Amino acid sequence: MTKLLNWIDARFPLTALWESQWGKYVAPKNFNFWYYFGSLATLVLVMQIVTGIFLTMNYKPDAAKAFESVEYIMRDVEWGWLIRYMHSTGASLFFVVVYLHMFRGLMYGSYRKPRELLWIFGCLIYLTLMGEAFFGYLLPWGQMSYWGAQVIVNLFSTVPFIGEGLGVLIRGDYTISDITLNRFFAFHVIAFPLVLLGLVAAHLMALHEVGSSNPDGIEIKQQPKDPATGLYLDGIYSHPYYTIKDLVGVVFFLAVFSAIMFFAPEMGGYFLEANNFIPADPLKTPEHIAPVWYFTPYYAILRAVPSYFNSQFPGVLAMGVSVVVFFFLPWLDRGAVRSIRYRGTLYKSWLAAFVISFVILGYLGVVPVTVWGQFPESWPILGGADKATVVARILTVVYFLFFFLMPWYTARDKTKPVPERVR
Amino acid sequence: MADASLNQPVDTSKRRFLITGSAVVGGVGAAIACVPFILSMEPSARAKAAGAPVEVDISKVEPGQLITLEWRGQVCWVLNRTKPMLDSLPKLDVKMADPSSDVPNQPPYCKNEHRSIKDAMWVAIGICTHLGCSPTFRPEIAPADLGPDWLGGFFCPCHQSKFDLAGRVYKGVPAPTNLKIPPHKYLSDTKIVIGLGQDGKDA
Repeated sequence: MTKLLNWIDARFPLTALWESQWGKYVAPKNFNFWYYFGSLATLVLVMQIVTGIFLTMNYKPDAAKAFESVEYIMRDVEWGWLIRYMHSTGASLFFVVVYLHMFRGLMYGSYRKPRELLWIFGCLIYLTLMGEAFFGYLLPWGQMSYWGAQVIVNLFSTVPFIGEGLGVLIRGDYTISDITLNRFFAFHVIAFPLVLLGLVAAHLMALHEVGSSNPDGIEIKQQPKDPATGLYLDGIYSHPYYTIKDLVGVVFFLAVFSAIMFFAPEMGGYFLEANNFIPADPLKTPEHIAPVWYFTPYYAILRAVPSYFNSQFPGVLAMGVSVVVFFFLPWLDRGAVRSIRYRGTLYKSWLAAFVISFVILGYLGVVPVTVWGQFPESWPILGGADKATVVARILTVVYFLFFFLMPWYTARDKTKPVPERVR
Repeated sequence: MADASLNQPVDTSKRRFLITGSAVVGGVGAAIACVPFILSMEPSARAKAAGAPVEVDISKVEPGQLITLEWRGQVCWVLNRTKPMLDSLPKLDVKMADPSSDVPNQPPYCKNEHRSIKDAMWVAIGICTHLGCSPTFRPEIAPADLGPDWLGGFFCPCHQSKFDLAGRVYKGVPAPTNLKIPPHKYLSDTKIVIGLGQDGKDA
């Protein structure tokens, strides 16, 4: 066995790769709960690719057959229902895991220098994942697939001057049609997964180059090395320590995953929307169109912004900015410390306000704007306005202020001194 | 045989020129090579042919009735408006974002009070100008969910945009403009063609 490994190592850096990327990768010893989600995201990515391959064996990207072929997978293909539910549950849980992973970054300042590129690769992964999810959602060719795609492609049509042509170019037709379905299939099963894999590789290489941050935000590479082990004082090898820890996370995650997949694959209409069990009908819009839950905070922002100058582009722009603004975090944050543990009340309050806005916007994106009724007509200014719209507008402002005021409040925050060693 | 030029110092400016030159030429070539791929994503000849004008027989459309048809895969409406329906339009002028249809979302021959060629018979694209959902036809007066001031019109289920019975958009709703009127013309009293304008212009 050693001989074989030596033979390979002389021809391909197998051991060197393993050691640099995981085996001898030195990580801070104080990773907590929030550090599970990176490895879990990788796990879900692999599951999505594997289940996706098996789904393509029976799925037909043809407007006349797509819906039926999904039903065929569910009813006639041996274990087809399991593979499809794994894929649909995996899609939603991918976003759960990624959102928690991103929140970890916000809490512990993981994006701060020298990890800006690592963060940007992560943001690109998030954008690609949104595209991947969107293309995939059209494939079952249900009502929500169709009308959701209609709404989102029309977002691009609102871009001034080039929008109309851009919409036609994306659809390959004047409306969402068989042609659109066929190309979204191509994007979903080959183009975007390839980009995603490349970005994930870049994300991991950047991580293993700069090294992991940690809940204390202490740069372990600035510590002296322990003469006994040759490692930084607070550093440990990923293997076996974090291999074991991550495996515990995997077991727990798969338990939750299985519970959802077997007992509530539709998750009350949040993971698989009820309207998507009706075949797409271009002549009949469902009564209430809502995107899948992971897009709803942005969707609520889109709806909250009123149209100006006869164009709905401002809302689309606001939605775009609300996603893209994450890229700029490393430069918006002027705080003296990285981690929330040593930040002052200013940052903590803003982060809390941001999370509350994100969650409530997410809820408002699922429900119609009439959900809370209207303000009484007699009220000044607000009279007759939908309560939910007004709340969504306030929360949209909070969402953006979290980012745009960040240079100001992080610099002004009363931070605590950061210790030499991790806790 | 040794080449004498090998021993001479490298001409770096020449080298830089050649590198930049070949990079630019290669880059232009790569950009041009993208053209066929991008153009292959434009509507194919078949998709364009499917966008041809459609003829509609309107003799069976009763007063107050809305028929739905498809043109270029888009929802198209023909509504035969009754006298009370037409009378509701001027009453709503104050609530409209664009009461006199100044935004060119209709052919010039439909820029009038009723947004149609003939007063009663209204042709429109039944797609919300917000984000492309198809609004619901709500002709009833003052239903519970739309309030006592509702005089009939269209209500978009996606984002709650409201339009009157000429497809004019209400103020303060997400949709920015009136519903689009496709180019159309009368071939006879009972036959309309959609996609071909009265002024000879198509879409």
